[in-house]
Parts: sequence; C-alpha cells; structure tokens
Amino acid sequence: MSRRKTERLLSLVVCLLSARRYLTATQIRDAVPGYPDSFDAFKRMFERDKDELRELGIPLETGVNSGSEDEAGYRIPRQAYELPEIRLEPDEAAVLGLAARVWRRAELAGAAAGALLKLRAAGIDAEDTTQPGIEPRLQTGEAAFSPLWEAVRDARPVSFAYRAAGRSSPQQRHLEPWGVVNRHGRWYVAGQDTDRGEERVFRLSRMDGPVTFCGPPGSVKVPAGTDVRKAVRAWDTEPPQQRPGLLRLRHGAAHGLRQHAISQAPAPEQPGWDLVEVTFSDTGWYADHIASFGADVAVIEPADLRDAVIGRLKGVLA
Amino acid sequence: MTTDAPSRDAAPRPGTATDRLQRLLSLVPYVISRNVVGLADTAAAFGITERQLVDDLNMLWCVELRSPDPYCPIDLSYEGGEIVVSQAESIGRPLRLGTDEASALLVALRMLAEVPGIGDRSALSRTIAKLEIAAGSAAAASAQVSVQVDDRAARNVLAEVTDALRQRRRLHLSYYVPGRDEATERDVDPMRLLVVDGRTYLEGWCRRAEAVRLFRLDRVLSVSRLDVAASVPQEAQPVDVDKGLFRPSAQDVHVVLELSAAGRWVAEYYPCEQTDDLGEGRLRVSLRTPDTQWVRRLALRLGEDGRVISPPELAAAVRDDAIAALALYA
Repeated sequence: MSRRKTERLLSLVVCLLSARRYLTATQIRDAVPGYPDSFDAFKRMFERDKDELRELGIPLETGVNSGSEDEAGYRIPRQAYELPEIRLEPDEAAVLGLAARVWRRAELAGAAAGALLKLRAAGIDAEDTTQPGIEPRLQTGEAAFSPLWEAVRDARPVSFAYRAAGRSSPQQRHLEPWGVVNRHGRWYVAGQDTDRGEERVFRLSRMDGPVTFCGPPGSVKVPAGTDVRKAVRAWDTEPPQQRPGLLRLRHGAAHGLRQHAISQAPAPEQPGWDLVEVTFSDTGWYADHIASFGADVAVIEPADLRDAVIGRLKGVLA
Repeated sequence: MTTDAPSRDAAPRPGTATDRLQRLLSLVPYVISRNVVGLADTAAAFGITERQLVDDLNMLWCVELRSPDPYCPIDLSYEGGEIVVSQAESIGRPLRLGTDEASALLVALRMLAEVPGIGDRSALSRTIAKLEIAAGSAAAASAQVSVQVDDRAARNVLAEVTDALRQRRRLHLSYYVPGRDEATERDVDPMRLLVVDGRTYLEGWCRRAEAVRLFRLDRVLSVSRLDVAASVPQEAQPVDVDKGLFRPSAQDVHVVLELSAAGRWVAEYYPCEQTDDLGEGRLRVSLRTPDTQWVRRLALRLGEDGRVISPPELAAAVRDDAIAALALYA
C-alpha cells in the first residue's frame, strides 16, 4: 500500500516537473500509473496527493495555459523546485556538519537531518566527524516550543495560560509572537501582548497547558526594526542602578560574594573576618544571595539590605 | 564520507510513503553530483541498508509515464556496486530547503558563531552567507529564532581552554564550586568543549578526582596552560550529551522540597525527578543529588518560599544554619 503510494507520488512529481505546460487532472491521470479508474475516486486521491506534496515543500502550481480555454491545470516549475547551486569548502562543510548536530534530540532534529540530506544530494560532503573537541547541543524540553515556533514562522497569534513569577494561579494571555529566543539555555517568546497592548516577553517553561493558535497564518505583522534578542535581554537583565554595600565576610569563605567585590580588607578588631565593599542593584535578589552564605556573612549596611537578609533567615525558621 | 556517521544524525522517523519519497528525490542528485558512488557508501549516507537502497534504485528505474507516449524517464544501473545514473530527466537537482530545514541549520550556525573562541568564525560566516542564498525565502523565518550563548566566561579563559584543546596540553584550573562555596585548584586534561543550552563547559579528565568532570567556564576563576602534554586515560568516558549532562545516580540523596509560588523557579532551574502541584501555586519537588551542601544554601536563599521536607537531618541542618546566621545580627 505504502509502496504503491510512494511509486505514484514519485511518478507524479517526475511528470509535473517535466511538464512545460499546465497539465489538467485528466492528463495527469492518463500519464501517472496507479490512480483508480473512477474519476471521483481519482479526484479524491489526487487531492490528497497534492496536499502531501505541498507539505513536503514541493511547489505545486495551479494555472491555465495561455491561449487556451482549458480548465485549470498543474505543474511544478523547475526554478521553484530546485535547490540553487551551492558549493562549500571543506572547512565550511565541517561547520555545517557541526551545526546539524546542535538540534539532535531536540525539536528541529528532523528538519536539520532533512536539510543535511538535501545538501548532501547537492554534492556537499558535510562530514559528521567532530571538529576537534567541540560538541554543541540545544534542547527544547518545553512543550510550548513547537507550537510557538510554528506561530512565529507562520505569523499567527497565540493564546496560552501563563504563570508569571510569584503568581499563585496561571492567567490566560494573548500574544502576537515576533520571535523565539534562547538566552543562557532558557527559551523565551517576545511579541505584542494584545491584552496589555504592550511588548512583552514570556518564558516558555512558565506556560501551563497547550498553546493554541487564535488567528490565521500571516495575520501577525512584526514591526520594522524589531530586535527580539534585545527585548529578551532587557527583560532578563537586572536594572543598571548600582548601590554600594558593606559586608562582613568570614575569612576564606563566601567566595561567591568576593568575586564581584570592590575592595576587601581584614576587619579591625574582629579577627577571622574581612570587611568587603560591594555593589548591587536588586535588593531582593542580593539579599537572597547573601542569605545563601549563611553564617559566613553579615550585612553592615545599607539597612534595607540588612533587614531583607534577616527577613529571609527568619523565614527559614517560620 | 565516513560510513556510519551520517545515519546517526538522521532523526528516527517512521518510514511513511512521503519520507521515502523525500529520500528517492535526494538519491538521484546525490549520485549525479558525485564522480564515483558506491552502494555501501550511499546506503550509509542515507542511513539505510544496502538492500533498501537497491529497492529504492529499482523503484526509480521503474518509474514510467504512460502519456502522451509511454516512456521511462530515469535510467540507472548499479552493476559491480557502483551506481551510475545515465538519465535523470527532471529530478537531477535536490528539492529546495523548507523553512524548518533552513531555519534549523541557520539558527545552529549563528549560535555557533556566538561561541567565543570557537576558532573557525570565518568558515561559519561564509557558510551562513552561502546557505542564506541557497535557501532564499525559506531563510527569512530563521531570523526570528535566536540563541544567545552565555558570554560571562572571561575571554582569556576561553582562549586558554581552546588553545589547550588544540595543542593537547594540560591545564591548571582554579575553579569555583558554588554549591560548596569553594575555590578549588586542579589539573585537568582537556577532552572537549561542550556548548549545551547556551552554556560552555570544559570536559576533561580531572587529575584530582581521577574522573571525567565538567567545568562551567564562567566559574573558572583562573586558568593556565601547563608545559605538560594532556594524557587522558583510556577508561575516560566522554559524557553522553544527548542523555543530559547531569544524571542522578543510585547513591544520591533523595531530597524533597515544598515551594511557594515565589519559589517555583527552583523547578525550572534544577532537574527534578518529580513535581506535584499542591494548589495555590505551591509545588512539591523531589530531586536526587550526590551532595546536599548546595540544597542547604538553596533553602537559606528561599527563606519562607521553600522548605526542606526530607531528609529530616537536612531540614535540621538548614534551621541550624539560619540560627547561626541570625546570631551575627543579635
């Protein structure tokens, strides 16, 4: 069954690619073996075949031959079908092989393999041998990746339940997606939030349940000059205002806090302790960070940072 | 072409009629674009058996169009194990790249171009340019997906590490282990650079642990190349990146945490074995770890937004830590 279908589809592609004029459905049935005799049954099967070819990306064109009153016909223009000439130097083919491995085990693995197959068919020897010592991978563990990639690719608005940071229940959100970005290993989508009327960034791992399309393909217009990477970076980066702080660190401990210190010196009259000057921007985050070093650190100033750390520690005992 | 390699990156897919059609349409141009093509090599390149390949070739050869006059558009032979296509009619070139296909490669190539110190940046930009031209309009959507690689590692760290890999030299690392808040000193024989999910790691044989270890480059405090050739022992097993970099083992401690809505991020950052929704945004997560030191620090950071439920000794240790820390403010 499947074999006969493959044979029929192959003949159909060859037939339509060789045609210089549009071929009518009847002409196609006469030329391509494997279609049923009944015209209705043929039509149904032919419709399905056309869909399958289009899904493979084969440019099946419909039209009427000029100078004739013929019914509409079909053909596959060579120009639109054929991969243009591409030649790669050995070092270029090597990085191509490396790139194809990035998606292995991730959402676009099949697409990457398919692309490599076509490029090999174009004469490129994209070797899969490892370039000395580098192994790149991306993962798309989030279920939302696939529908969001489709939405971005096809310019369709989407809707999803989203659990914003710290929120106890998810909310239904509506988004015109502009792009999908992986920043430091996490996937985000950026676009126009149509509920808020503002540009927003959402983290895929915080989406709860399915992503649904809520508009036809082509209905999202990405504003000119949009830089989704920048949008995600801005969303993810701490505000730049830096405040000074003074910490007391146990000597030889709390390396994580010393890494970004401005100055450190032994604390006078407190053997075993250092006084360390630091800067920070987000008080809440920095207080959490300090709390994680337990009894190796005490905040001297500012007072709000000191209070925030004490609050965190008391929370442990609450 | 290597014999078994290409089949490995072909995604496992069911053998539907259209999958096979795609292969058949690639097969003819594959043969035409090469001077000498053997059955064995070709089967390996397509990830199929020689028998399947012969069946594919027969199917191509058998294509017959019946009208206006019957003719066979494809003529080929594979006598003596060498494939020769003498007539290919219209399918002599491969099909254009689809949007997903072009995007998968372009996004990956652009990601690689971002890895600092990857070395072959010129080959990457040349390949990207050529692929964009060949893909035409199918390349456009790829601009809407991008991967930003963590660049917080110091430039000189990457340069030293990549040089050491290239020259197969031993490295001395001063490496920060945040879970234990320790700066450690160790000699490492570099094996590979892993760029996984936007982070760069050095994989190497750690001479202190006498085991393969991963070192996140942004945690390397300082690095120097030693005047010693790297010697990675035979038994060193590279990490299987496709199975995940960090895998729990049977000896690990089983930890259960309860998180408030504000503490849910923990489930996104750490590989949890199980997560249970407790309602109102609360979550119970369980994870396995060889070293609970970092969990203590995590619990202090979480305050009232996360609580260690099990093991009880760990919960008690966290309370003791908090009491000791609060005593500093007394």
